[in-house]
Order: sequence, then C-alpha cells, then structure tokens
Amino acid sequence: MLEIRNLHVHYGAVKALKGISLAVGSGQIVALIGANGAGKSTSLRAISGIADVSSGEIIFDGIDITNKPPHVIVFAGISHAPEGRMIFANLTTRENLEMGAYLRKDKGEIRKDIEYLFSIFPKLKERINQPGGKLSGGEQQMLAIGRALLARPKLLLLDEPSLGIAPILVKTIFQKIVEINKELQTTILLVEQNAHMALSIADYGYVMETGEIRLHAPASELAQNEEVKKAYLGM
Amino acid sequence: MNQLLQQIINGISLGSIYALIALGYTMIYGILRFINFAHGDVFMIGAFVGFYSAPHISKLVGGSIIFSGILVMLLAMLICSLLGVTIEKFAYKPLRSRPKLTVLITAIGVSLFLEYGGQLIFGPDPKLFPTIVPSMAVVDTQNLVIGSNSIVAIVTAAILMLILRFIVFNTKMGAAMRAVSYNHQAAALMGININSIISFTFVLGSSLAAAAAILYSSVYPSINPLMGIFPGLKAFIAAVLGGIGNIYGAALGGLIIGLTETFVTGYLSPTYRDAISFGILILILLFKPSGIMGKFEAEKV
Ligand SMILES: Nc1ncnc2c1ncn2[C@@H]1O[C@H](COP(=O)(O)OP(=O)(O)OP(=O)(O)O)[C@@H](O)[C@H]1O
Ligand SMILES: [Mg+2]
Repeated sequence: MLEIRNLHVHYGAVKALKGISLAVGSGQIVALIGANGAGKSTSLRAISGIADVSSGEIIFDGIDITNKPPHVIVFAGISHAPEGRMIFANLTTRENLEMGAYLRKDKGEIRKDIEYLFSIFPKLKERINQPGGKLSGGEQQMLAIGRALLARPKLLLLDEPSLGIAPILVKTIFQKIVEINKELQTTILLVEQNAHMALSIADYGYVMETGEIRLHAPASELAQNEEVKKAYLGM
Repeated sequence: MNQLLQQIINGISLGSIYALIALGYTMIYGILRFINFAHGDVFMIGAFVGFYSAPHISKLVGGSIIFSGILVMLLAMLICSLLGVTIEKFAYKPLRSRPKLTVLITAIGVSLFLEYGGQLIFGPDPKLFPTIVPSMAVVDTQNLVIGSNSIVAIVTAAILMLILRFIVFNTKMGAAMRAVSYNHQAAALMGININSIISFTFVLGSSLAAAAAILYSSVYPSINPLMGIFPGLKAFIAAVLGGIGNIYGAALGGLIIGLTETFVTGYLSPTYRDAISFGILILILLFKPSGIMGKFEAEKV
C-alpha cells in the first residue's frame, strides 16, 4: 500500500533522513520505533507532505505522492495524527472533528462516523461543544486520532499516541488502535517511544537510528531480538 | 442633550466604518501574522472604483438610487477582492517562509506603490465623490441633524459584520479559517488548502474595506489617492486596541476610536483628533499590547 524508497529529508543543514526505505502492506499495523531524534516523526511528515523531501520516492497505492501538497495527500487517503496532537484549541471538539472530514461531502455519513467515534471514545461526546484547548491530554489524544479517522483514510499515520498519557489510558488507546485496524480495515503506520506496546500490536516493525533504518522484521521477531530488547525494551 | 446624541450618532457611524476596515487588518493578521499595511490603500481604490463606476451604473439602472448604490458597492467589493488576492499572490506569498519583517516592509512598498500609482492614474488632486447614498436629513431639529448617510453607514456596516460573523463562525470555510489561523500545519493535515483559505481571507478583508470606502466617501465626499492613509491607520489602531486577530475586538475597537474622535472633535478641538488616536495606540502598546479582547501572544515581528 505504501512504499518508501531511499528517502532523504533535511532541515537546513540537519540531515534527518538519510535514505530510508520501508513498506506498509494493506491492512497491517506497522510500528516504527527508535530513540529521540531518530527521524520517526520526520518520516511521517514527509509522507503527509509537510516536510520537504530532497530525494527518494513515496509511492501510495501505486501513485507517486512525493512532495505533493498535504491536501492532495489527504485526498489520496492518508491522514496523520501528528506528534503533539495539534488540536485546534480555538475550535470546539465537534469543529475539530469536522475539520478532520474537511474534504468529504457526504454530510450524513460524516454524522454517522462521528457517532461511531463516540462509541469508541465516549469521553469525546461529553466534550463535544467545548473548545479543544480545554480538553485533557488524554482527551486531546483521542480527539487527534478521531479527527484523523474522520477523513476515512486508507492509511492512518499515528505519531506517539501514548505520549503524555496516563499509563492506564495508554492500554485503552492501544486497544482502540487495534479495534480501528480490525473493524475499519484501516492500515496503520505507528510511531512510538513505547516500543513494547507498539510491537505487541504490530504486524511488522522498523527500528530507526539517526536517520536510518537499523533493523526490520515481523514485530514478534523484533520483540525477541537481543539488540532491540536491550536498547528499546529496557530488558 | 441633543448635542450629545448628535456626537454619539456621528461617532458610531465613523466607528462602524473604521470597524469594517479594522476587520481586514485583524483577519489577515490572524491568518498570516503580519500587518498588511497596504490595506488602507485597498480602501482608497474602493473609493475610486465607486467614483468612476457610479455615473455609469446609475445611468444603466436608471431611477432607483438605492439599487444602483448597492451595485456600486458590490462592484467596488469585487474589484478590491481581486486586488487584495493579487497583492497577496504576487507580493506576500513568495515571502511566506521569510521573516515577518521582510513581509512588513514589502507591505509598506505595496502601499506606496498604490498611493503613487494612484496619483499617476487618477491624478493627485481631490475629486468629488458622487452621491450614491441619497443625502437628506432624516432627523432635523434644533442642534440635531441625523443625515441619511450616517444611518446608511451604520446599518450597512452592521449587516456586513453580521454576515461576516456568520461566515466565520457558522460555515465550514469559516471553521477552516479559524483552523488555519491557529496552526497552518495542522490545518494542512486536515486536507485544507492553505492557499485558498488565505485568498479567501483577502477576499473578505478587501471587500469590507471597499464597502467601508463607499460609506466613508458618502460621508466625506472629497477623495484622493492618499485618502487611505489616515482611515487605514485609525482602523489599524482600532484593531490593535480591540486585540489584533480578534474579530469582535476589531469591531469594538473601531467603535471606540470612532466615538473618541468624534467626541474630541466636538468637545475639545479637531486639532487633537489624530493625536488622541495615536496616543491610544501608544498607551495600548505600552500597557496591554494584547488589546481589550486579545489573548497575549508573544510575536517576533
Ligand atoms: N523543524 C526542525 N528543524 C530543524 N531540525 C529538526 C526539525 N525537526 C526535527 N529536526 C531534527 O531532525 C532529526 C529528526 O527529528 P524527528 O522529530 O523526526 O525525530 P523523532 O524520531 O520523531 O524524535 P522524537 O522521538 O523525539 O519525537 C532530529 O535531529 C531533530 O533535531
Ligand atoms: Mg517524533
């Protein structure tokens, strides 16, 4: 579904991605793990068109989307719940969700999708008319995921959904991610610091280190890998 | 008593016009975080569109002065929208990733270009703006004259502001504008085309400035290519006073500046009118740079 070939991205003089290649198959959950500054977020930003690619290719469903404007990429079926959530603090929860569905015209279906979302994240329903800035961190994270889902993406990019969230909620969020993957058949590329959790729900995993892919293997294998255990699983 | 009422009506009428212009400053600031110093000159162009088109339009439409007045205003709004969008595309867009100071200086350049271009094309001397709003005294008693101009200005500005409020707070496009003004990148990730939202904002701001120009020129009918400077500055002060970026603040700021100026002119002396407005600007920048309704946001300009 998604294929990245030899991707390079730099911010000024900082080389953030030094030729990474990876693939995400339809229906999979793929985890991208690695230390701080490894280039995980940059990879997602390049896919969704908000970071400039200096060379390499990003192919989605057979189409080259490298350096296409973000709205074109959303239209193609990719949506991105970014690092730090980026909730519109000045818009209500409902408006935030409606922005997620910005390119859709099917009003009735959007309403149904919002109802469905409330069944996954009941907390959001209680906050429906409150400004996004007034939501707690966990609620904002649910809103960020929900907002991205409302585009009805084929591929959902999630950047650290567990960041800054109470441990008890982390488990719930990961359960919901699996639920979304299974019930909506949404393919997911998941970036996480919490490598243990990420590998436990993923089909396949990539390990990044300073702008390069260091290792990749089926998630269950990665979780057993000595190097990964030592560096990322704290064992 | 009547004199007070007179001042209040005059103040609200001038204030509503400032408010319309201030809304353009504040919306463009909200989206792009810079002061479009050419905005007052877009206002001036609006007045000249009215000046040149009104005689033709009233000949075309014939009798109804109200209908032709509305047409003149709509035409001015249309042409200024195009002008605003063009300015953004050619002068500001190429600089979008540059420091705000660069854009600010460019805006001043565009402003000078329009002012001196205007002098070249329209001629530097003042022209008499045609009667678009039927001019008569609606109320005329001792010490109290309420002209139809003032009433038309107040009512038209109120209607336009209500329409704007509807667009910004009750439509999808308006929500997208607010999303973009909060965070460009997050908005882009929603599939919002940032460039079209920016253009749309310039359409709204410039057309309100054009409407303001028609109303203003109907009250003060001597127009010239430099006429945008002062109303532009006053409206800018109004936007800062209300809280730059906040559309309710711009409306409120416009009214406050309009009333203040009218009162100073009426009770003190017209000499102090401009000084008071600039005094307000200095005070607000010193003591509450975020304005009456704005939240404070440190901005590196
Ligand atoms: N806007 C930016 N300007 C300059 N350098 C940047 C920018 N964003 C990221 N970088 C640099 O690019 C590299 C990769 O950053 P990136 O955010 O992709 O890492 P990450 O793997 O997501 O890290 P984290 O786990 O901390 O989120 C880092 O060296 C970082 O300092
Ligand atoms: Mg990151």
